Amino acid sequence: MRMQKLAAPYIIWMAVFTIAPLLLVAFYAFSAYDAAGNLYFTLQGFRSIFSTESTVALDFLGLSSIWHVDLQVPIYINVFAKSLSLALVSTLICLVAGYPAAYILAQRSKAKKGSSFLLFLFVLPMWMNALLRTYAWLALLEPNGIINSFIGIFGLGPVQFLYNDFGIGLGMVYNYLPFMVLPIHSVLLKIDRSVVEAAEDLGANKKQTFLKVIFPLSLPGIFSGINMVFMPAMTTFLIPDLLGGGRYLLIGNAIERQFMVSRDYTVGSALSILLLVFVLASMRVLTKYEEDNAGGGVLG
Amino acid sequence: MKKLLKNGYMFLIFAFLYAPVVVLIIFSFNDAKSRAVWGGFTLDWYRKLFQNSDILSALRVTLIIALLSALISTFVAAITCLGLQSMKRRLRGVIMQVTYIPNVSPDLVTGISLMLLFFFIGLKTGFPTLLMAHIAFNIPYAILSISPKFKQLDKNIYEAALDLGCKPHQAIIKVILPEIMPGIVTALILTFTLSIDDFVISYFTAGNQISTLAITIYSMARKSVNPQINALSALMFVTVLILLIIVNIRSGKDSKVKVGTRGGDK
Repeated sequence: MRMQKLAAPYIIWMAVFTIAPLLLVAFYAFSAYDAAGNLYFTLQGFRSIFSTESTVALDFLGLSSIWHVDLQVPIYINVFAKSLSLALVSTLICLVAGYPAAYILAQRSKAKKGSSFLLFLFVLPMWMNALLRTYAWLALLEPNGIINSFIGIFGLGPVQFLYNDFGIGLGMVYNYLPFMVLPIHSVLLKIDRSVVEAAEDLGANKKQTFLKVIFPLSLPGIFSGINMVFMPAMTTFLIPDLLGGGRYLLIGNAIERQFMVSRDYTVGSALSILLLVFVLASMRVLTKYEEDNAGGGVLG
Repeated sequence: MKKLLKNGYMFLIFAFLYAPVVVLIIFSFNDAKSRAVWGGFTLDWYRKLFQNSDILSALRVTLIIALLSALISTFVAAITCLGLQSMKRRLRGVIMQVTYIPNVSPDLVTGISLMLLFFFIGLKTGFPTLLMAHIAFNIPYAILSISPKFKQLDKNIYEAALDLGCKPHQAIIKVILPEIMPGIVTALILTFTLSIDDFVISYFTAGNQISTLAITIYSMARKSVNPQINALSALMFVTVLILLIIVNIRSGKDSKVKVGTRGGDK
């Protein structure tokens, strides 16, 4: 069949709607409009991100709020650091809470030879719109919401769950937990039963079998899980916007505001480029680890 | 004891996953001003929902966009797959690599990059830009649903059809199309669902003249908690659920497209 030409419209479409837009983000990061409406080259976008004119104390993993370390950095660097630390902590919680769940699910799936109903139930909430899932927590957590009314019966609270790290972290863990569990589950499912039996035959106890055989073999799943949680957690603007009450600035809503509120495409694009480079670089590192471990084999 | 521990743990995880959704749906039937106390059963919020003109017009936009973008992206994808499979391996590899770009880059970046594109070429944001954006993010998924069907296709049946006197277009319609039909149906349902479900990309490309359901919910939710959103959420949840169960049963049978592994703020 000679029908290569049929792919031509899509190739053109791809050039316009996939490649050109990304190039435009890079272009606008270095351009601005003058009074007459003409574009000119500028480094103003990056300069205002790294500007040391107005600085705040760096809040990375509780550095300023818990340890009271006063390290002055530019505002946007702090927003970036804050997003990074929330994304890291949420990813870690997803991993710690998700690994046992993936393990149990995999055991159940194996027992039933294939995918189980339990797994189906697990992915189900993920199909609901992220906006609605996040909104659901808003109704639960608000000052006169359900949880506060409940603990109010015991004379406790009201506790401020929203508009702080807790609320936003909870929103992230809730939204992205399945992204951690699924890849780990599918890797655990693929582990050859005979490898585990061999370890047991050679005298390893349950704990040793897990630590020396099962866990190392599940590393590729862990890396891809981290990848799938960290990236959306780092770039979300929905979660900090709703659960942060619009007062809480992470890198995602900093970018959103540049585009939708202040209409400063130069700073917005510069921030997006930095974020994209950072996210793609960390994805690349993780994928490399994933491949190295996948190729390592059982005996490695 | 160990089994109890495991069951208990899974129970906690499932409670965490389902509690918000269940509470959301239950409170859509709540007849009370308070958002935390049960005041009896009512369908008032559903009634108000269907009288809310903002929501009804957003619903119309959402459905039209979803339908059009599903049809167009599936059509383009089918034609593209037809062209791709007679292409040299190397070139096809490059095209597939670029096709994956929207899937791996964050929605936020996809959204703003499309917004910048429309701004740059001087297109005012509105219905056409929203539609183009939806087609743009749907095509990769449609291609990924249809291309496995082409891999299973016997290369000789097209030739056989020609030998038996079919014209090329007849051979495509009468022989190839029925073979790839399951992939096309999966692509249609999947793209339709993704389009309804999208918020981030729509938010940046719709402009302020029109609004999809997700955008309307977002602006309502930003103001305060509103039982009408609960009612709407319940309806949307059930709709998307039914569609996705259909897709999943189909893709379990037909192709390797995994639904629900799509990351981010969709």
